Amino acid sequence: MSTIAEPLNRSDAAAAPSLQDAIQFVWAEADMLDRLDYKAWLPLWTEDGRYIVPTERDISDYDDRLNILNDDAEMRQARVKRLLSGFSMSSAPPARTVRTVSRFVPVVVEDGAITLRAAMIMVEYKYERMRTMAADVVYRIVSTADGLKLDRKIVTLVNCDDYQHGIGYLL
Amino acid sequence: MSSTDFATLVRDDRVLTPMYTDEAIFEEEMDRIFKNTWVWVAHASDVPTGNTFKTSWVGREPVIVTRDKQGKIHTLLNRCRHRAASVCEKRKGKASVFVCPYHGWSYDVDGKLRKVPHISGYGEGLDTDDYGLVSLRTEEYNGMIFATFKDDIQPLVEFLGSAKKWIDLFMKQGGGYGVKTLGEHRFRFPGNWKIQLENTTDAYHFPIVHKTFLDSLDPEAENVFQVLAHGGWVEDLGNGHSVMVMIPDLIDLEDNLDAPIPQRFEELAKELAAEGMPDDQVRRVVRAVGGSGFNLNLFPNVACSMAFFRVLRPIEVDETEIMHVAIGMDGGPDAANRMRLRLHEHFQGPMGFGTPDDAEGWERVQRGARAGQDLWVMVNRGVDAPEGVAAPGHNAGDVSAETGMRAAYQMWKRMMTA
Repeated sequence: MSTIAEPLNRSDAAAAPSLQDAIQFVWAEADMLDRLDYKAWLPLWTEDGRYIVPTERDISDYDDRLNILNDDAEMRQARVKRLLSGFSMSSAPPARTVRTVSRFVPVVVEDGAITLRAAMIMVEYKYERMRTMAADVVYRIVSTADGLKLDRKIVTLVNCDDYQHGIGYLL
Repeated sequence: MSSTDFATLVRDDRVLTPMYTDEAIFEEEMDRIFKNTWVWVAHASDVPTGNTFKTSWVGREPVIVTRDKQGKIHTLLNRCRHRAASVCEKRKGKASVFVCPYHGWSYDVDGKLRKVPHISGYGEGLDTDDYGLVSLRTEEYNGMIFATFKDDIQPLVEFLGSAKKWIDLFMKQGGGYGVKTLGEHRFRFPGNWKIQLENTTDAYHFPIVHKTFLDSLDPEAENVFQVLAHGGWVEDLGNGHSVMVMIPDLIDLEDNLDAPIPQRFEELAKELAAEGMPDDQVRRVVRAVGGSGFNLNLFPNVACSMAFFRVLRPIEVDETEIMHVAIGMDGGPDAANRMRLRLHEHFQGPMGFGTPDDAEGWERVQRGARAGQDLWVMVNRGVDAPEGVAAPGHNAGDVSAETGMRAAYQMWKRMMTA
């Protein structure tokens, strides 16, 4: 089951990240994605981390539903390889993106982890055209010996159950 | 534009560029094609029981596909007969009545006008029999539901003709269970609908456009998806329909059940066995999970492709919506259906490893078609089909041939000049 409600898979309980540290982490991640720094993005994740873009709102278990993406570590690596390969017509070159993440609300603070809700607004530009996208994003960020890591990121587009256009970059 | 002019746009092996760009041609297509033939609207599992519905489209017109309590399927224009408000804005669900939210006219799921508030206000009387939701002729073949505005055209089974055999083969991916829809990706691309129609039986692009998908597979699966390498073929099935066989070994999913289990399905096979499923059934399910080894294109708006339905919806001359409907095993093991969902996400949808590259290619065609309105779009590839594979008397070429596109364009010409 992939939810943010399931318990963390770790034994080394530690202090939860502060809200301020978690926000800084989210902003750094957003900046990486806009700069296509995907190689630096991969190690931001925990080993069991799940990156999910659903096609429905208000669901709790994503594994038995169709998603736009539902990536474990292996799929994230394959995705980054694909996007950086130069052989994907839709991402070579990709649309340019500028995103901002804000309206942070801490949802759950537990041993060693904080779960945040946030709003993301993003503009993409390609082929003489601008598109605006908006999403509710849930992040679960955990403290580890290697610093903060992303354990869940669920990007629910405001129009997730309606049509999209081809997306040749990461949300 | 006169019908003579339409004929000049299509030759045997090429079509003229305004086919993608001319708004007047697009408007005529909506009338002469989409209002004059069988258009796919739903799969039977979208309306599984009495009083269930799904909203859909026939061409550009919004419809509701319903199943009444007796099990009969109806396709109704989604428009109140009073002042034209849509009576249903949900994608799918259960309903025993559709009530127009504007003035409260209510309709049964078969479209019959049930009640009009304050009906006495119609001085001369209002005969409710005259004001049901407009109902389209609707027929079903092996779970595929089609509707048409045209009451006097041939029955659906005749229209499908040689394609029926391939629909039957496609549904074997139920693995002994029924086939049901599991969800859909919807995306639009700024391009003409016929650009997508061409793509479903175009194997020529696959190794080039989908290189990054192939690179993401294990070596065994990568070999399976070298679609130009396995002796496949493309066959004109008549009425604009065509089939492209990419993986001949996977035409009949009930054959070769003793073959070794592919690496990427080993874990699933173990999981099913651990659940107590007998070995022969495990093999049947596992062989069906990856879908069929062919793409069946049904003119004008739906394809049965590997493990999903691909539905196109023309929006404007240069805007098309595509739905990739994931399908699974109705009542089948959860592990198998989860695997199908992950396989679907891997290739399909707005962020899949395949779809965005297809969409980019189609958009490039539309952008390039701004140049050279007098130039031809070539669909002339075609070498002989491998010996003895196509049905006798059928026009066929090797897997990279553009036979399917030529079949569709000849049907286009027939319908546009009728």
